Amino acid sequence: MTGRHVAVVGAGPAGLAAAETALSAGARVTLIDSADQPGGQYHRMLPEAYRAVRPERPQHGWRDFDRRRRRVLAHPRCAWWPETSVWALERPDPEEPGVPRVHLLRGPADGGGRRRLTLAPDALVLAVGAHDRVLPFPGWELPGVFAAGAAQALAKGERVVVGDRVVIAGSGPFLLPVAASLLEAGSRVLEVLEAGTAATVARGWSRRPWQLAAHAAKSGELAEYAALLIRHRVPYRVGRTVVEARGDGRIEEVVTARLRPDWSVVPGSERTSPVDALCVAHGFSPRLELPVAAGCALRRTPGGEFVAVDYDQRTSCPGVYAAGEITGIAGAPAARAEGALAGWFAGGGDSAAPALRPLRRGRDRGRAFAERLAEAHPMGEAWPQWLRPETIICRCEEADYASVCRAVGNEASAGARVAKLETRAGLGPCQARVCGPTVAELGARLTGRPAQRHAEGAPTAGPHRRPIAQPIRLGELAEPEPSPEDPTAGPHPL
Amino acid sequence: MYGTRVVVLGAGIVGCACARELALAGLEVTVVDRGAAASATTAHGEGNVLVSDKGPGPELELAQLSRRLWPQVLTAVAERLAHAARAVEWEPKGGIVVATTDAGARELTRFAAGQRTAGVHTEVLDADALADAEPYVTREHTAALHYPEDAQVQPAAAAAALLADALAAGAVLRTDCEVLAAVTRGGRITGVRTSSGLLEADWFVNAAGPWSGELSTRLGAPVDIRPRRGDVLVTTPLPPTVFHKVYDADYVGAVGSSAGDLQTSAVVESTRGGSVLVGSSRRRVGFDDRLRPEVLSAIAVKALRLFPTLAGVPVMRAYGGFRPYVPDHLPIIGADPRLTGLWHVGGHEGAGIGLSVGSARLLRELMLDQPTAMDPAPFRVDRPAVLGGGAGTVVEEAV
Amino acid sequence: MSPRRVHAESDAVGRRDRPLRITVDGEPVDGIAGQTIAGVLLAADRLAWRRQRSGAPRGVFCGIGVCFECLVTVGDERDVRACQRRARDGDAVTTQTREPRTGHAPKPSPRRNSDASAGEGK
Repeated sequence: MTGRHVAVVGAGPAGLAAAETALSAGARVTLIDSADQPGGQYHRMLPEAYRAVRPERPQHGWRDFDRRRRRVLAHPRCAWWPETSVWALERPDPEEPGVPRVHLLRGPADGGGRRRLTLAPDALVLAVGAHDRVLPFPGWELPGVFAAGAAQALAKGERVVVGDRVVIAGSGPFLLPVAASLLEAGSRVLEVLEAGTAATVARGWSRRPWQLAAHAAKSGELAEYAALLIRHRVPYRVGRTVVEARGDGRIEEVVTARLRPDWSVVPGSERTSPVDALCVAHGFSPRLELPVAAGCALRRTPGGEFVAVDYDQRTSCPGVYAAGEITGIAGAPAARAEGALAGWFAGGGDSAAPALRPLRRGRDRGRAFAERLAEAHPMGEAWPQWLRPETIICRCEEADYASVCRAVGNEASAGARVAKLETRAGLGPCQARVCGPTVAELGARLTGRPAQRHAEGAPTAGPHRRPIAQPIRLGELAEPEPSPEDPTAGPHPL
Repeated sequence: MYGTRVVVLGAGIVGCACARELALAGLEVTVVDRGAAASATTAHGEGNVLVSDKGPGPELELAQLSRRLWPQVLTAVAERLAHAARAVEWEPKGGIVVATTDAGARELTRFAAGQRTAGVHTEVLDADALADAEPYVTREHTAALHYPEDAQVQPAAAAAALLADALAAGAVLRTDCEVLAAVTRGGRITGVRTSSGLLEADWFVNAAGPWSGELSTRLGAPVDIRPRRGDVLVTTPLPPTVFHKVYDADYVGAVGSSAGDLQTSAVVESTRGGSVLVGSSRRRVGFDDRLRPEVLSAIAVKALRLFPTLAGVPVMRAYGGFRPYVPDHLPIIGADPRLTGLWHVGGHEGAGIGLSVGSARLLRELMLDQPTAMDPAPFRVDRPAVLGGGAGTVVEEAV
Repeated sequence: MSPRRVHAESDAVGRRDRPLRITVDGEPVDGIAGQTIAGVLLAADRLAWRRQRSGAPRGVFCGIGVCFECLVTVGDERDVRACQRRARDGDAVTTQTREPRTGHAPKPSPRRNSDASAGEGK
């Protein structure tokens, strides 16, 4: 036993692997997830109340996951805290660098009577994952337009299909498992549209997306999905996307169009088809509010910002490790390898342990995959051409493209924060989680100045800054702050 | 004054208001900011335009001047830039101060009597009138006063509107431009060295808000303006629940206090977006930008005492800002006694949004030797509280 | 067609459903134990239940608790993410709107005394 206490936030592939290796290193672990079951988005489990006989059916890699899940959750040094969300990370005194204190709310999602808890761990592993990045287009706010991840979560987690004439559109290999989930649940998928053109996708991947030999697990999985599409006669079209959704109060039809490599529309290529649901994802947005709150440095890539980590998954913040999609979008196998490394070092494990070598190899392969992915599915520069002045950019506050252009185009209000306060884009309940990257990108393009320089002492700006990481009710906030918990307390459901 | 060049250092609301006054007076104005305009303190406040929290004295007089000016200024801006003026969201919604203890009631009554002699409109609300004005406020109150003159603006948009008007009048904005040092000749400032080169002018206005202390030290003429942090909670959008700016009677005491420790008092109001802003706190922690859950908790406790029905309302955001604070709690408006050509405007602490237009007016009148709208002497720079601290005050302030 | 739940009899995972009933704005809606409130609503052919300031209808978008578009009131708790909250039998769900209330004048200012004459800025 190293006697160290490691808090792991997120129980998806990365977090679960981190918990496992931190335990093997001898640490005590508190594993925290907002869901009531482990697995994250990738291994989203059916609710126990479904009493499913074959719960593994919609799952990929279930057997390994199930074994790991049982091993970790039943471990005597592991406290599993489901339905627990981190609402704030409190950085220690700037004079004495240390691990942030973790402020938690435990109880049913958004429930009013949740319990406030705090943890003061020796190390923190952030493995909070990513969500769909969806670019705006006219009509994307209509009911029946879903982020692709929603359709998958509903099919896998609840056995609800979003429709029976479904178009899946966007960019990246993630569109395939979404199609697979819908098909498995008996829905009809009309077509899968990859915005990247054939040439771009082929340049990034060797020849076909499912033939990336160096990344056996992931490419095997993709090959299965591709075979499934063929079996169900679902066309997979490249260089085409949905540029508009139409309908009266809900989606009724989509306008698709052929795209050039920069994602500008080929004139005259528009086609209208009736649908009852549209699933869209143009990539992923890592969930960066907790790393930013902890003070972790980010790195900027062509595919967006991610947490910067070193060879051992350490962030710039002492005692804080990051693993999985927040360090780069590379899929579950890479997330597991990163998680395993992060957990081992967070738990005080020996850096000369022989088991690290295959993990590092797996992680490095995962990073290569991530680069490949970014190259094969870059976001085309010209996507704002899909927008009209009245197209909604911020779904919460219904700020449209014209108002965003007006604010950032005006010298006096071009500062990101001012533009935000003036248009209200990003000020609504989602707190810029959905529109933040889009508004930042539009702002940079329209003003010609990239991200804002941070003046020392000035409050940090940026689309990922959400010091209140999850909503907390005023009544909950008014409760006296609890003293840090005994890290091993907590029920063991298994 | 045509041809006189002025550089305004800082594009927060005070700098923007000064730039507008001076540009409209025909001066050649350049506004510089090390970041973007209106992005620091200005964008992290509540947008108060208050008379209710000030007792008789020069600051109240400045508040009353500013309160008279705001509608005029916005009308003038609207004639040139209708959209920018609309975005300011000027709302003369009025303030209501509620005491919840007997001692608080006595103090509030006494305070208001003094304000009335100074010309502040106040109106005692009995229980029914309060319930009518604010149906969700606590029934456990001992006194309530209505201040119809209190108003609110959207502070970043207000600064942007003042700046846009200045730019329309010929001012020039330079962002991402950090001032490094002064260039002086014979006791006179003739230029500033910046991260993007030398800027020469006849006059320089230090309007750097809580960074004024540091900036003035770089210029070799330090004034003692320190940061004091305030935090505000923002709820999810609600149906109309709070109709005025409602605060507890403790707020007045906290505003006037110098204590470095955490002080909180309830200030609750709605925004046009439907969110409720819940403040406020005051802490002297240097420029420490970290979130402190216990501060947010303390704010929540006080707010619920005023509005118990808000207990179930989610807080979706919290923001903190650094307010420029002078040890004697009075703004600084005037010429530097040590370095000719240097002027200071600042130290308004949490009232800078409201006081910006009056302060800018006074500065312009002083600079151009015009008759002043009020006696500017209490705000002069050469008072002990301002010059006593000396260089390095900002560093010493870190707790 | 609309969203629907996979029929239990034909579902490959072999469910053994237990029914539950919630009310939505007073109307009973049937679901099964384990579903989220969003899942119950979607499977009951309700695609949208919240209104934006413009009056535009909204329902589930991200499905994983990020976009806050599916907010409902459960009992007396407002702003509950329907896609994250498991439905419980008997939950009284109320839909939410951000539309400005029609037919309700904004609260009057308590201006009664004649000396209270500010607000010239309008």
